Amino acid sequence: MEYYLSLAVKAIFVENMALAFFLGMCSFLAVSKKVETAIGLGAAVTFVLTITVPLNSFIYNIALREGALEWLGEKYAGIDLSFLSFLVFIGTIAASVQVVEMTLDRYAPALYAALGVFLPLIAVNCAILGASLLLVERGYGVAEGTVFGFGAGIGFALAIIALAAIRERMRYSNVPAGLRGLGITFIITGLMAIGFMLFAGIQL
Amino acid sequence: MERSTGYIIAFAAAVCLVCSVLVTSSAVSLKDRQVENKRLDRQKKILVLAGLMEKGEGIDTAEIDERFSDNIQAHVIDLKTGDYDPSADTGNFDQRKAAKDPSTSTAAPSNNSGIQRVPNQVLIYHVLENGEPVTLILPVEGKGLWSTMYGFLALAPDTTTVKGVTFYEHGETPGLGGEIENPSWTAKWIGRLAYDETWTPVLEVIKGTAGPVETDPTRIDGLAGATLTARGVSHLLDFWLGESGFSPYLEKFRAERSAS
Amino acid sequence: MSSKMNQVLLDPLFNNNPIALQVLGICSALAVTTKLETSLVMSVAVIAVIALSNLSVSLIRNMIPGSIRIIVQLTIIASLVIITDQILKAFLFEISKQLSIFVGLIITNCIVMGRAEAFAMQNPPWLSFLDGIGNGVGYAIILILVGFFRELLGAGKLMGQVVLPLVTEGGWYHPNGLMTLAPGAFFLIGIFIWLLRTWKPEQVTED
Repeated sequence: MEYYLSLAVKAIFVENMALAFFLGMCSFLAVSKKVETAIGLGAAVTFVLTITVPLNSFIYNIALREGALEWLGEKYAGIDLSFLSFLVFIGTIAASVQVVEMTLDRYAPALYAALGVFLPLIAVNCAILGASLLLVERGYGVAEGTVFGFGAGIGFALAIIALAAIRERMRYSNVPAGLRGLGITFIITGLMAIGFMLFAGIQL
Repeated sequence: MERSTGYIIAFAAAVCLVCSVLVTSSAVSLKDRQVENKRLDRQKKILVLAGLMEKGEGIDTAEIDERFSDNIQAHVIDLKTGDYDPSADTGNFDQRKAAKDPSTSTAAPSNNSGIQRVPNQVLIYHVLENGEPVTLILPVEGKGLWSTMYGFLALAPDTTTVKGVTFYEHGETPGLGGEIENPSWTAKWIGRLAYDETWTPVLEVIKGTAGPVETDPTRIDGLAGATLTARGVSHLLDFWLGESGFSPYLEKFRAERSAS
Repeated sequence: MSSKMNQVLLDPLFNNNPIALQVLGICSALAVTTKLETSLVMSVAVIAVIALSNLSVSLIRNMIPGSIRIIVQLTIIASLVIITDQILKAFLFEISKQLSIFVGLIITNCIVMGRAEAFAMQNPPWLSFLDGIGNGVGYAIILILVGFFRELLGAGKLMGQVVLPLVTEGGWYHPNGLMTLAPGAFFLIGIFIWLLRTWKPEQVTED
C-alpha cells in the first residue's frame, strides 16, 4: 500500500507530466486560458489516463512483450512484438476515447456535456501516449499502471488548473508587447516547473 | 463524397496491410543489427572499465570482439551461494528480465535502493591476465534521485580495492547528479576500499570532500548539489556489497584464491 | 521553383513558425533539447516523418473515406515513426538511448497530424511534401536553437566538445544548471517568442 501511495505522489508532483516531462504541452498551453475549461480538460485527461494506461499495460504484457505469447503454446514463446507497441497503444487510446465518449453520452449525459468537447482532443495528447510508453520503459504491471495513470492525470490537471488561474489574473498586468500571450505563458510555465521541482527530494 | 461501407472496410484493411508490411519488414530486417548494437554497447563499457579501451575510441566491431574474447571472461554466478553456474548461457543472459520473473528471482530484503526483486543469478566478468583474474567486474543498480542508476563496479582480486566504477544508464539531473558519469569523479574511486577488516561494506559517498586515498580510503567526495544522488550511490554500494548482494560470492572467491 | 512552392517551403520558418506561432508540437520537442546532438537527430527524425506522412496522405487523399480519415492518418504516421525508431536503434544506438520514449511521441506531435489534416488532404503530393519539409525545418530551427543554448550555457559544451571550460575541470566557466533542467527550456522559448514578435510585431496575440 505504502509503495502505491509513494508511486502516486511521485507521479503527481515529482514527475509531473506537463512540467517535468513536457508531455501534453500543446493542450496545456492552448486550453489554459480559463479555469473552467482547464478543469474540464484536466478531468478528461485523468479519466482517460486511468483507463488507458492499465489497459495498455495489460495488452503489452499479454501480447507484445518478448515471450508474452507463451500462453499460446511453446513455439510462440520466442516472439517479440514490442516494436508494434507504438501502433497498438495509439490504437487503444483512440478506441478507448471513442468508447468512453459513447458510454458517457448514453449513461452520464451531464458528465458528457462537461467533458465532451475535450475527449476527441485527448486522443492525440502526448501525455496519454507518453504515460503508456513510460510504463513500458519502467516495467510497471497493471496495478502499478493504474496508480501511475491516475497520479499522472491528477498531476496534469493540477498543473493546468494552476496555470489557467495565473493566466486569468495576468490580464490585469502590464506585460511588454512582444511577450504578451504565448511568450509570458512559457515563462510562467518555467517558474511553475521550478516550483514543482522542489518536490523532488521527497521520499515516502 | 459518400462511400459504401464495403469500400471503407476494404480501404482500412488495405492501409493496415501496407503499413504492417512496411513496419514488420523494417523491424525484422534491422533486428540483428539492434541486438548486435546492444551487445557491443555492453562489451564496450566493460572494456573501458577494464582499461582495455579508451572511452570514445573508434574501434570496429571485430576489434571489440577480439579484445573482449581475449581478455574478458564472463561468468554467471548464483548470488545466494556464490557458486559459478557453468551451464548458463553468458551471451544471452538478461539480468533485468531475470529480476522481474518470479521463477528466477526472490523478493529483496528491505533496502534503501528501491530494489524490489533480486535475481537468483547475475552475470559478472573477470578481466584476465595470463589466465588469472586481475579485476572483477560486478553489475550494480539502485535508485538515485530521479531514476534507477545502472553501473559496474570493478574490484581488485583482494575483493576490496576499487579499480574503477562506471554508471552507464541513469536519469539524474545533467550537470548535478548526472556528474556520476564524469570521469574526473569516477577517477576518485580508484584505490578506495569497499570493505573493512571484518568484511562489512564501508565505502560511502560523503557530503563534501574526502581525504586522499592513503588516509581516508573508505570515503568518496560528494557531488556538489546532488546530495540525494550521492546518497543513492552509497545505498547501492551498501546493498550490492552486502549479504543479499555479492558478499557470498566474494567470500568464496577469496577462499579459492588463498587455497590455490 | 514557383512562388507558391517557395511560399509553402519558406513561410513556416519565421512567418508562421509552428512552435512560436501555432503552438504545435512542443511536447516532445523540449525534453530532448538538453544537448545539441540529440536536438539535431530529433529534428531530422521529425522532418523525415512529417514530410513522408504529408506525401503519403496526399497520395491517397482522394481515396480516403471521410469517416475514418483521422485513424488512417494516425496509422500512417505511427508506421513511419516505428520505422524511424527502428532505424535509429540500428544505426545511431547511443543517441536512440538518450531519445528514449520521445521518438515514439512524434506520433502525437500535433504538427505532423496537423499538417496531414490541414494541408496534405487538400494539396497535391509534391506540394505537400514541401510543406512537410518547411514545417519540419521551422520546428527544427527552434529545437536546434534551444539545444544550442542549453548545452552551451548548461554544460559549457557543444556537440560534446568543450567550448567553455568548466570550473570543476580547471576552467573558468560556472555552468548554469538551470539551463539543463526543464524550466530552462521554457524560459528560452519564451525569450525566442519575445524576440520574434519584437522583430515581427504583427504576430503578437492578445491573451
